[in-house]
Amino acid sequence: MTLELALILTLAIPSLGGLLVAISDKNPNQREAMTLISAVSLFAVVIWLTQQVAAGARPALHLVEVLPGLSLALEIEPLGMLFGVVASGLWIVNSIYSIGYMRGGNEQKQTRFYICFTIAIASAIGIAFAANMFTLFIFYEILTISTYPLVAHKETNEAKSGARVYMGLLLGTSIGFQMIAIIWTWVATGTLDFTSGGILADKIDPTMLPVLLALYMFGIGKAALMPFHRWLPSAMVAPTPVSALLHAVAVVKAGVFTVLKVAIYIFGIETLSTTGASEWLMWVAAFTLLTASLVAMTKDNLKARLAYSTISQLAYIVLAVAVANQLSVIGGALHIATHAVGKITLFMCAGAIYVATHKTEISDMRGLGRAMPFTFAAFFIGAISIIGLPPMGGTWSKWYMALGAANEGLLLVVGVYMVSSLLNVGYLLPLVVRGFFFPPPEPARSLGAAAVDEHHTSSSGGFAEAPLWCVVPPCLTAVGCIVLFFYADPIYQFLLPLGRP
Amino acid sequence: MIAALEPHLAILQVVVPLISAPLCSMLRRGDLAWMMAMVVSWLAFAMSIALLAQVMATGDISYHVGNWAPPWGIEYRIDAVNAFVLLIVSGIGAVVLPYAKKSVEREIKPSRRAHFYTAYLLCLAGLLGVTATGDAFNVFVFLEISSLSTYTLVALGADADRRALPAAYNYLVMGTVGATFFVIGLGLMYMVTGTLNMADLAARLPELGANRTVDAAFAFIVVGLGLKLAMFPMHVWLPNAYTYAPSVVTAFLAATATKVAVYVLLRFVFTVFGTGFEFAALTLTWVLIPLALAAMFVATIAAIYQVNVKRLLAFSSVAQLGYMVLGIGMLSTTGLTATILHLFNHALMKGALFLAIGAVAYRVGSTNIEAMRGLGKRMPWTMAAFSAGGLSLIGVPTTVGFISKWYLVMAAIENGWWPIAVLIVASSLLAIFYVWKVIEAAYFREADDETAIQEAPMSMLVPLWLLVLANFYFGIDAELTTSVATTAAKAFLGGGG
Repeated sequence: MTLELALILTLAIPSLGGLLVAISDKNPNQREAMTLISAVSLFAVVIWLTQQVAAGARPALHLVEVLPGLSLALEIEPLGMLFGVVASGLWIVNSIYSIGYMRGGNEQKQTRFYICFTIAIASAIGIAFAANMFTLFIFYEILTISTYPLVAHKETNEAKSGARVYMGLLLGTSIGFQMIAIIWTWVATGTLDFTSGGILADKIDPTMLPVLLALYMFGIGKAALMPFHRWLPSAMVAPTPVSALLHAVAVVKAGVFTVLKVAIYIFGIETLSTTGASEWLMWVAAFTLLTASLVAMTKDNLKARLAYSTISQLAYIVLAVAVANQLSVIGGALHIATHAVGKITLFMCAGAIYVATHKTEISDMRGLGRAMPFTFAAFFIGAISIIGLPPMGGTWSKWYMALGAANEGLLLVVGVYMVSSLLNVGYLLPLVVRGFFFPPPEPARSLGAAAVDEHHTSSSGGFAEAPLWCVVPPCLTAVGCIVLFFYADPIYQFLLPLGRP
Repeated sequence: MIAALEPHLAILQVVVPLISAPLCSMLRRGDLAWMMAMVVSWLAFAMSIALLAQVMATGDISYHVGNWAPPWGIEYRIDAVNAFVLLIVSGIGAVVLPYAKKSVEREIKPSRRAHFYTAYLLCLAGLLGVTATGDAFNVFVFLEISSLSTYTLVALGADADRRALPAAYNYLVMGTVGATFFVIGLGLMYMVTGTLNMADLAARLPELGANRTVDAAFAFIVVGLGLKLAMFPMHVWLPNAYTYAPSVVTAFLAATATKVAVYVLLRFVFTVFGTGFEFAALTLTWVLIPLALAAMFVATIAAIYQVNVKRLLAFSSVAQLGYMVLGIGMLSTTGLTATILHLFNHALMKGALFLAIGAVAYRVGSTNIEAMRGLGKRMPWTMAAFSAGGLSLIGVPTTVGFISKWYLVMAAIENGWWPIAVLIVASSLLAIFYVWKVIEAAYFREADDETAIQEAPMSMLVPLWLLVLANFYFGIDAELTTSVATTAAKAFLGGGG
């Protein structure tokens, strides 16, 4: 397999998968098999590519020249590779989970659901491997549009208005700010290629750099920087697998990934730190980080709480970018992976609870841990990872982000990181505590005790674990959180070229 | 034989449809007339391709009608710009005609169908003539040929909806005022220079220096053309005319007529008067740009509140014309490139959208948004085409709309006009609202009744999808269109300076 072929395959496999899903409309088993096959084969190709990239290769491919000098082109560098691995790897887990969830809930229009999923994954891969800002922008917009039907899936009025906010904010910020920023960059430098060390140095008046940075940062609405964060809670009307993959992994991570790409390859870390263009961003990111954490504490709906937690965690990465230090940037990149694995676990657990008990409010979940021990254990592990305690993967990403800030002498930022971690404890752990240590409400008590051993059969004992398809995936990702703790070093080494001038 | 005709392509392009129009009126039967109109449209398209190839290979063509040398005789002058516009006009004609048969059969009485195709051919001949000629008075003649036939075409919508008659009458009055202004402007120029040949005018006008008569001529011509191209606030004829005209006519006119008027404006401002003409530069910056901005917002907001989709798209056209005028007003190569690009791109998107709506009118019999509920399931191909055209109108990447917007914003930034860059983007964001209204009705709302509605016939779907695919093809590979537009823009600015 040549590198070019593999690169083409990463886009072709999910697209072709979408087509195969479409023609298997009448046969659900065949349809789901197609989804799984494309997910697994995509992951295999991505892993093969990762080995090549780790060995120093930089696969590149020129697709088509759209305007003179502006091309659709792909090129893999370590950061994109990491995002590619995360998105394609979690797609497998999520596909398994979707099958359980969608069938368990007897959801309508499942074929449309799976087709849109494949398009979304293809565009996430396109974002990961884009060689220039123009290509990235195009896939970014495709991702927004292809996920609209997923968010509006239930077709109720609530779903439709949520989806409208979702699409309006994401399209609005990307066209209103990001496109202007991109054209500005193009006019000023004559290139949009991602280049190590950035392309803007000496091309734009340093006093205007903060303005351009603001256009990019607010233009990348998917990073959910306040005040353009409203779409994320709105999108929670989507079925849980959508929230899990898109709003813990593909969409939001595409946002912060783009933030990192812009900081590292358009501005250049060096330029950012010497000109101080990103100083204002620290305040906005820190504000978003703390405010979202505080709002999360007030939410009783589990998915809404997770949504605000996501906003806060994304702001960690933006803050790391604002600090503009090699270590903090690597920590931010690492956080893409560790937060993705942790948050998808939490979402899948929330979905499993919903499928098994139809409960969405945290206050109703007292004692549920005894009936659903695996789900709650997985939730616990995911939560610990997001808080950043050992032995979970989240420890390292927060470690490096804080270390970077400390290196720059920004003790205030270190303080923000620490306070927010405490807040994380405050809003994530009560659910686990309620689940395991509070007595269940009256009717559920007898059933809860019986269900402990028979966790995998939902039908035998009333309230018990969700179907196997819904329980195994979060357990897998929970194990992933632990694995990431012990194998963080190879990823760190892999990412080391980032941020080097 | 073909080789012998080749030097005469410039005139044949216009004469063939012009001669065939009276022949067409003698054919009493609608289907024969249709056949003839279609053959002529395709011939015209083939000729325009050959002309563009010829211009690209050998440079500008100057054809002397009847071998009378200009400036005494009438000259036809083809360069990169009008070869491109000829291609747009005849190309849209060639795509629309196969579609027309079914649509006309439904919307127009049998006794009037031959007249319809006659008027169409006259209109085509007029538009091609306006574009091809290098003689200022000839422009007026052909402009009137196309306008008079357009009034007829709009009025033929009366078989489906009687409101087409006042719409056509209104258009007639406004159009005639525009034509009169235009010809007054020409008269003033003739008075001071004694010539009507454009190249000759361009050479003589600067010699006069500051001259009040020339200033007045310029003002009359810009206002006259402004009426023809529906420049805000002289656009009031357009929404009704587009709404009540037969579907085919709307699609054809929206994609061609206003584009040709924009072309003539470009030709007069940049070639005849030239950028050295100070009064023009001032007018463009301080009159045209504010009007263009007003069009972009007022018309877009008006579009959001429409309940009839044809009317909605008509207001959107007024807004899109605002983009083109804005590009002209920037007086830079990039701005002009954006305008010329948008001429082509907007023809593709509006053509596709109006054809899609025509297909809905054919099956459902109404073009109200309410009537489109649930159509996503019943007419999947038509509505998918509409959505794709709508995305292009918004300017989503990979569509032609994105390319236009890219150039327009780039032009604004190059000039350092930040507020205008922001306004362009803001108005294109507003476009999301009106496009989304239709898409949501079609896909996310259920129809009340369960009457069976079939997908549109193949003869409508194929032209429709041709345009939709062109929207994406030229959105992904814009090399060809941008290189033609850049060449044209440079020629305009270089030639006049």
